[in-house]
Amino acid sequence: MKFGVLRFPGSCDEVDALYAARRVGDAELLWHGDRDLRGADAIVVPGGFSYGDYLRAGAIARFSPVMESVIAFAREGGLVLGICNGFQVLCEAQLLPGALLPNTNLRFTFRQVDLEVVERDTAFTCACLVEGEQAGDVARLSIPAKHSWGRYYADDATLAAMRENGQIVLRYAPGQNFNGSIEDIAGVRNERGNVFGLMPHPEHAVDELTGSADGLCIFASMRMAAEGADASGLPPRIAGGARV
Amino acid sequence: MSVRARVLIRPKAGILDPQGEAVQRALPALGFDGVQNVHVGRMVELDVPDQTQLEPMCEKLLANPLVEDYEIVLDV
Amino acid sequence: MSSVTLPSLQDALELGLTESEYDLICEKQGRAPNQVELAMYSLLWSEHCAYKHSKKLLRTLPTEGKHVVMGPGENAGAVDLGDGLVCAFKVESHNHPSAVEPFQGAATGVGGILRDIFAIGARPIAVLDSLRFGEPEIGLPYPFNEVEEDKGRSGREKEINTQHPQELGETAAKLADKRSKLAANRSRYLLDRAIAGIAHYGNSIGVPTIGGEVYFEAPYEQNCLVNAMALGIGERDKLVTSAAVGIGNTVVLFGASTGRDGIGGASVLASAELDISPSPNQNPPLGGDSSGKGPNGHNRRSTVQVGDPFEEKKLMECSLELLQRGLIVSLQDLGAAGLTSSASEMASKGEVGIDIDVSKVPLREADMKPFEIMVSESQERMLCVVEPANVAQVLALCEKWEVGGAAIGAVTDNGCMRVFDRGELVGDMPVRVLVDDCPLYDLEPIKPASTPYRPARPPQALRSPPTQPRELMLALLRSPNIASRRPLFEQYDSVVQSRTVRRPEQADAAVLAIRPLDGSERGPIPGIAVSIDCNGRRVAADPYTGTVAAALECASNLACAGAEPLGTTNNLNFGNPEKPHIAWQLTESVRGLGDACRALEAPIVGGNVSLYNESPPTRANAGPIYPTPVVGMVGRLPDVRRAGRSGFARAGDAIAIVGPFVPCLAASELAKLRGESLPDGLPAIDLDAVVAAQAAVRDAVRDGTLSSAHDITEGGVVIALAECCLAGGLGAQVDFPAEEERRDPKRDDLERLFGECSGAFVVSGEQAALCALAERTSIELVGTVEGSSLVVGSQIDVSLSDLGRAHSALAELFA
Repeated sequence: MKFGVLRFPGSCDEVDALYAARRVGDAELLWHGDRDLRGADAIVVPGGFSYGDYLRAGAIARFSPVMESVIAFAREGGLVLGICNGFQVLCEAQLLPGALLPNTNLRFTFRQVDLEVVERDTAFTCACLVEGEQAGDVARLSIPAKHSWGRYYADDATLAAMRENGQIVLRYAPGQNFNGSIEDIAGVRNERGNVFGLMPHPEHAVDELTGSADGLCIFASMRMAAEGADASGLPPRIAGGARV
Repeated sequence: MSVRARVLIRPKAGILDPQGEAVQRALPALGFDGVQNVHVGRMVELDVPDQTQLEPMCEKLLANPLVEDYEIVLDV
Repeated sequence: MSSVTLPSLQDALELGLTESEYDLICEKQGRAPNQVELAMYSLLWSEHCAYKHSKKLLRTLPTEGKHVVMGPGENAGAVDLGDGLVCAFKVESHNHPSAVEPFQGAATGVGGILRDIFAIGARPIAVLDSLRFGEPEIGLPYPFNEVEEDKGRSGREKEINTQHPQELGETAAKLADKRSKLAANRSRYLLDRAIAGIAHYGNSIGVPTIGGEVYFEAPYEQNCLVNAMALGIGERDKLVTSAAVGIGNTVVLFGASTGRDGIGGASVLASAELDISPSPNQNPPLGGDSSGKGPNGHNRRSTVQVGDPFEEKKLMECSLELLQRGLIVSLQDLGAAGLTSSASEMASKGEVGIDIDVSKVPLREADMKPFEIMVSESQERMLCVVEPANVAQVLALCEKWEVGGAAIGAVTDNGCMRVFDRGELVGDMPVRVLVDDCPLYDLEPIKPASTPYRPARPPQALRSPPTQPRELMLALLRSPNIASRRPLFEQYDSVVQSRTVRRPEQADAAVLAIRPLDGSERGPIPGIAVSIDCNGRRVAADPYTGTVAAALECASNLACAGAEPLGTTNNLNFGNPEKPHIAWQLTESVRGLGDACRALEAPIVGGNVSLYNESPPTRANAGPIYPTPVVGMVGRLPDVRRAGRSGFARAGDAIAIVGPFVPCLAASELAKLRGESLPDGLPAIDLDAVVAAQAAVRDAVRDGTLSSAHDITEGGVVIALAECCLAGGLGAQVDFPAEEERRDPKRDDLERLFGECSGAFVVSGEQAALCALAERTSIELVGTVEGSSLVVGSQIDVSLSDLGRAHSALAELFA
């Protein structure tokens, strides 16, 4: 299992994503000017300020050479994860529905947020276990979010379709939606289920030493989805890092 | 001969515009009362050889039609 | 050389040189300087570049020690971390630009200090900031809108000159209240925009902002302080200096293009007392109208530089890759005084000459004159020296990172800084004269008969301070200097780069793993801890002791995290040193800094001086700032798994006060709240006792025997206890011994509860572990972690939620 992590001029969290991915598999950085995905089994579009976020977050990165290949890769069913700025890029590229708008507080805001895993049967959340699970338990992830342009928006028709198709994967837990996202949406997938974007940063929640390891299950899920059910690459204790 | 154009981009009607709201809230404090419908957007200025390029340019890059309206103003 | 009219002595004076300095330049050069030369001399001989009033004092500071790898004089200092790695760090001020345009001023301050770090070959891993503003008047409805009678000007610029209200009748007191509100408008604006600027730059470039400090005091109202500190990690054998070497080597300028940003900034902005109002007489005498602005259109805003973090991000990656691939022999960033300073410094350090042809510099604006190109402070630029064979590769790498690059000159053996314009010689100065021959001045320190600082006006929301301990505690928790900084640090990315083990408010010092955490760690994970501090009010009360206290507090913060100091950086922010009183503050402060750093074995490896932070005396709250020697300290800890925390962690733990606890209300936050005058002097500090206490706490944290450790500072022990409760989400039951059992029965209750001192800590853990500290320092068991309230004897009983509400008072500044 190899993750390819994109690197644009202005990417900031690409090395963090690289290290996080390496906890569950192989990973390497892919330069924005290069169309070759170097045999990656899954793509991570990382956080940061690609091309300075000028014009509109993600608007210019979406037209980079590497994104042409990523769009083709996604159309063939390849797994693509977009984090923060990466989520914005995937929305701009129309691989994901909706758009990201400025936070309602108009400030860059860093906060450790609790997320509820709405859909657990996805390629990006299937490893998010709940210890000692009972029927009806909701997996919760504690993950940092940090952005100034993270208010998710989609029109009513799109939202209805997304609900219908199980495309709303993560929501901010009650009281945690600081950016004003519609319906508390924190992460969405495409209809086919192979492209996923979220504003919070799972790559910054992969080690208890830095505050939480809950984000690891996102990367572990991708490995499981790519290689089969028992291949999360992690001892069960960590794979089930998500808590009730 | 290229044409000087200004593209005005603003949030679509009905979409929350916290920047506009912040400006609207700040004006009365400075003694400017009764101001309404404040919206904050962007302006892109450009010289284009062919003005028919402007609309596709807006649709593809300059604006995000999902959430933004745009208006093309030509310098005559 | 071209035969334009030579600038006059008058021009030199307007550029900030003295008559004797101008005469000295003429004498050393053997002729009068031309336009280009005078512009360059005026910058390099300014206070900002030449440290002419502080250099002699700075030479008394300890700069050597077993951990020091690079000391003062380089772009940044560096200390050894073992394993072939070093930590580079430095603090620098951007005070005057921030007072003029706080967002860009603060942003470019961060940009500048980051360039200093990667200029020596270290990758920036963290930013901290140290900020000072006037009183924000929290707790009153905002925005303050009382400018009806003067609608012609905005509230921010409005000034009403009054004297202190205590000397005045009721009407005048109301006027003073109004004036404070208007001043608060500006202070809030400066705070808001400076924080946004720091966040914009640091967040966008992918360097975490992991800590800092902010104080609000009236003497900073007209002169805010914005100091930024950065840290980097580099490989010891890959560090690079700025000394230009190799006669015949090429000088390459890379990064952003050069415009008219900040022309005259270093001499006009950074070395003169600040008058914020537009001043039509600020025309640079040298072709001032060539910028397209009319003779009266120049105000100081035209010297503000604009930063672009995206450009800097590319510049940083490009610089680090150039060094990694061994393509350059020396590297220097362009900061104050632009090419003038960078090229001359590189030549001076390498004891060589440099030729520059300004016509080869990529320009943002056409028709820039040679002197403008030489003094431009356009941001995000670096200068490097390259062997001719490598120039093509260097330029190719610049292209890869989408960074502009141009060969603009060469290293020569003639010892001269020569400027050419399309091959024509337009400036020729001996490097030694330009860089080293600026006269250094002796200070004439005289201790003033009485403090020049007025007592603080109690905040309007609290005109009659409470007297009961419970209400006092809540008032202090709400006060701007003590309330939680969460609304500020929430605007910063503190975790990018996967190193941050302790974020703001988790421990007294920020803690970072030396290597990014990637899951492969086995055994101990070495880390660094960093703290920045200075309580200017205490320094104003006693420049020597207050400065010692600032350095000690940094070390105490490191001890609470489990780290021992490796090195120190400092930024001396003072008023006009030509005034005897300020000279005395500066002299005493530097003496204190030296003594403290020697005691802590934490030598100074670099720093910065910002003088003339005072306003013309015609304004209210004018005069000098509080003397503010900001101290930044970096320490090492063997294993971040055992990094300390400030919050109580476990119900049932014992609580103790550890170290020399000698609380004193003089110059304390409580004294400020009560509107008391600054005392003349602070109680002396027992340095040995403090250093011993710090070592005891540090070792206990490293051994894992303490659940929490927090030093006692502003607001005294009760505020420290409240902070421990809030950080851990646990209550505490505390009892101080009865009056007759105390070491000093004369001390009154309030002094015990709210008095401040250096080197004392609140720690928690198992009782036996706490008692074991008694072998090394003094310790007093005072209570237990329990419940969900802070209970102190019979006087204080406040729930965690009430504590939290008071502590979050600053949120309204960012609502």
